[in-house]
Amino acid sequence: MKIKSLEDLRKIKESSKDLTSARSGGATRVIIGMGTCGIAAGAREVMTAVLEELDKRGLRDVAVETTGCIGMCQKEPLLDVIRPGEPRITYGDVTPADVVRIIGEHLVGGKVVEDKVIGQTD
Amino acid sequence: MALYRAHVLVCKGTGCKSSGAAPVYDALKEEITRRGLDKEVMLVETGCHGMCEMGPIVVVYPEGSLYCRVTADDVAEIVEEHLYKGRLVQRLLYTTPEDKVKIPHYRDIPFYKKQFRIALRNCGYINPDNIEEYIARDGYVALAKALTAMDPEDVLAEVKTSGLRGRGGGGFPTGLKWEFCRRAKGDKKYVICNADEGDPGAFMDRSILEGDPHALIEGMMLGAYAIGADEGYIYCRAEYPLAIKRLGVAMAQCTEYGLLGDNIMGTDFSFHLHVKEGAGAFVCGEETALMASIEGERGMPRPRPPFPANKGLWGKPSNINNVETWANVPSIIREGGEWFASIGTEKSKGTKVFALTGKVNNTGLVEVPMGTTIREIVFDMGGGILNGRKFKAVQIGGPSGGCLTEEHLDLPVNYESLTAAGAIMGSGGLVVMDEDTCMVDVARFFLEFTQRESCGKCVPCREGTKQMLLTLEKITSGKGKMKDLETLEELALMVKEMSLCGLGQTAPNPVLTTLRYFRDEYEAHIKDKKCPAKACSALISFVIDAEKCRKCGICAKNCPVDCIAGDRNTPYVIDQERCIKCGTCLEVCPFQAVSKV
Ligand SMILES: Cc1cc2nc3c(=O)[nH]c(=O)nc-3n(C[C@H](O)[C@H](O)[C@H](O)COP(=O)(O)O)c2cc1C
Repeated sequence: MKIKSLEDLRKIKESSKDLTSARSGGATRVIIGMGTCGIAAGAREVMTAVLEELDKRGLRDVAVETTGCIGMCQKEPLLDVIRPGEPRITYGDVTPADVVRIIGEHLVGGKVVEDKVIGQTD
Repeated sequence: MALYRAHVLVCKGTGCKSSGAAPVYDALKEEITRRGLDKEVMLVETGCHGMCEMGPIVVVYPEGSLYCRVTADDVAEIVEEHLYKGRLVQRLLYTTPEDKVKIPHYRDIPFYKKQFRIALRNCGYINPDNIEEYIARDGYVALAKALTAMDPEDVLAEVKTSGLRGRGGGGFPTGLKWEFCRRAKGDKKYVICNADEGDPGAFMDRSILEGDPHALIEGMMLGAYAIGADEGYIYCRAEYPLAIKRLGVAMAQCTEYGLLGDNIMGTDFSFHLHVKEGAGAFVCGEETALMASIEGERGMPRPRPPFPANKGLWGKPSNINNVETWANVPSIIREGGEWFASIGTEKSKGTKVFALTGKVNNTGLVEVPMGTTIREIVFDMGGGILNGRKFKAVQIGGPSGGCLTEEHLDLPVNYESLTAAGAIMGSGGLVVMDEDTCMVDVARFFLEFTQRESCGKCVPCREGTKQMLLTLEKITSGKGKMKDLETLEELALMVKEMSLCGLGQTAPNPVLTTLRYFRDEYEAHIKDKKCPAKACSALISFVIDAEKCRKCGICAKNCPVDCIAGDRNTPYVIDQERCIKCGTCLEVCPFQAVSKV
């Protein structure tokens, strides 16, 4: 497509933003436990659900990271959400269905999904 | 477009490519697909990160972990551990040379910590073959801003405010140069990019051409708009095939997006760009020789005036700038001249890229604010001298630069400070030397280069550099007289004063600075017939200590000229007449019985 105006350039910029956004380390982070324990408990499915939900909502500025076992294997799959300036919330026994709620209510809405929380660190 | 949670960036710059980046990239592609991660992990080819010493380099985001010296055999582990399980592959992380600390984040590595990137801002960060990644990083915003909201005079004023000076060597104020060309009378004007990069050891221009070609193109377009030019040339040496290829891709994409050609962005600004390949003669980097070369003439400098701004390419007003100079322009227009002027020192604004090489732990490209000290560059970023040896000197500014000593370590680098010390900013080559380097030999080495590259048009340079070189060879081979030092100095000043172009005018710098700061080394070569650094082969000899010799005969077996004799009962002895001083015996002796005296 030919860029004919500042507006056209902005459109391309907007649509290509996520080409590099993962490299700038988004302010909001989702961290999924991907140790052997996590994977055995279904962390892969949780990961897929996270990516699908973010994609569906068009959320591009979220960094999705993985981490190893943190020693709470019986609570896996674990999923942490860190919103800028807020404490790190750890959710346990997360299922793909929970992911939709966590992203909708907490990540976007700012309201922690209390019934799934197993820990909080500042 | 799908969402990729992780980006794996593989450097495919010339440095990493030669250390084996291509097989790493292929293996990553295969393994990521095999593990079913290809829908969530994006693999990207980038240009140079600057730390070529540690290549092939692979960076994984969002964590920003940098893996060093990656081979195809490491790939399965990176995919399994990092991408799948989220655990860093510790053994591939950068390790500090002194205290062996592993550093997980790219930005925390000392080599990068003090860097401030403007010219290199996208290098190693985006895929240079994808214009959309450049646009995602605010690419072409400056051009759009200029074309829609600024007069050419405004663009010119902004560059003047920025205080940007030429990064190709001379340090001439860029805005002023543009203004001369804008005010020059002529119906046709050209902008030219000097991508000849002839200084041995310098590769910042190549890095920009390969890693962020659009920054250069956008900079040239802004310059053309300010000056009133509608055509441009990039003169790039043919030894840079990857740079030329990437430029070609970038230019084709610009044409496709309507950013090159007629009526750009619907305005009446038109711009056409060509790449001209040079054959790699050093003198062709000199602006008048470069233009002659584009015209198909022999690349030889001509006297100035007339300056290119009035009579340049094909006799038309032309503006020529270096790659790094051009690459700074988009940021200046986007962020404003005031912003740029807030970085650096009073008279040297912005940043400069240095190519750090020689006897230093971390070699590569560093971009630092003007005014950073040599100590910070060599010790903080460069990680100090290799193998714990002692610092002796830095040769700064390429073959026509000068050698500075320990007393200059705290010198803040800028155009004025370097010139006052006898060196030059040049293109930003910075060669670190340790106590094993002979300064007379260094002067000879650089002069050998400039002498060979002298085009021969003017007598002072052609004959003067030759005579200087012969004198230096006499001294390093132990045949020098004290009077030679006077002759050398006299010749050096004459060549500096009388030569037609910058080549001759700067070629004596290494000789003059070493005479100034290391005169005792010259005198040792002449009076004592000794090379204090034990580097000049004519002035050293290898001897075997009969006490330490265990009569194993390994030295004799390895000697390429069979000049070592001895047997199981007699210690080995080197025949000094026949010895070629290759040093093999010293390397192979298991008992350190051989020494250099
Ligand atoms: C022998 C010689 C070689 C040069 N080689 C280069 C070069 O490789 N690249 C470069 O940008 N400038 C080189 N220059 C400097 C150019 O003549 C010119 O000053 C420069 O391209 C201007 O751009 P700037 O104002 O952006 O620095 C060389 C000069 C001389 C005398």
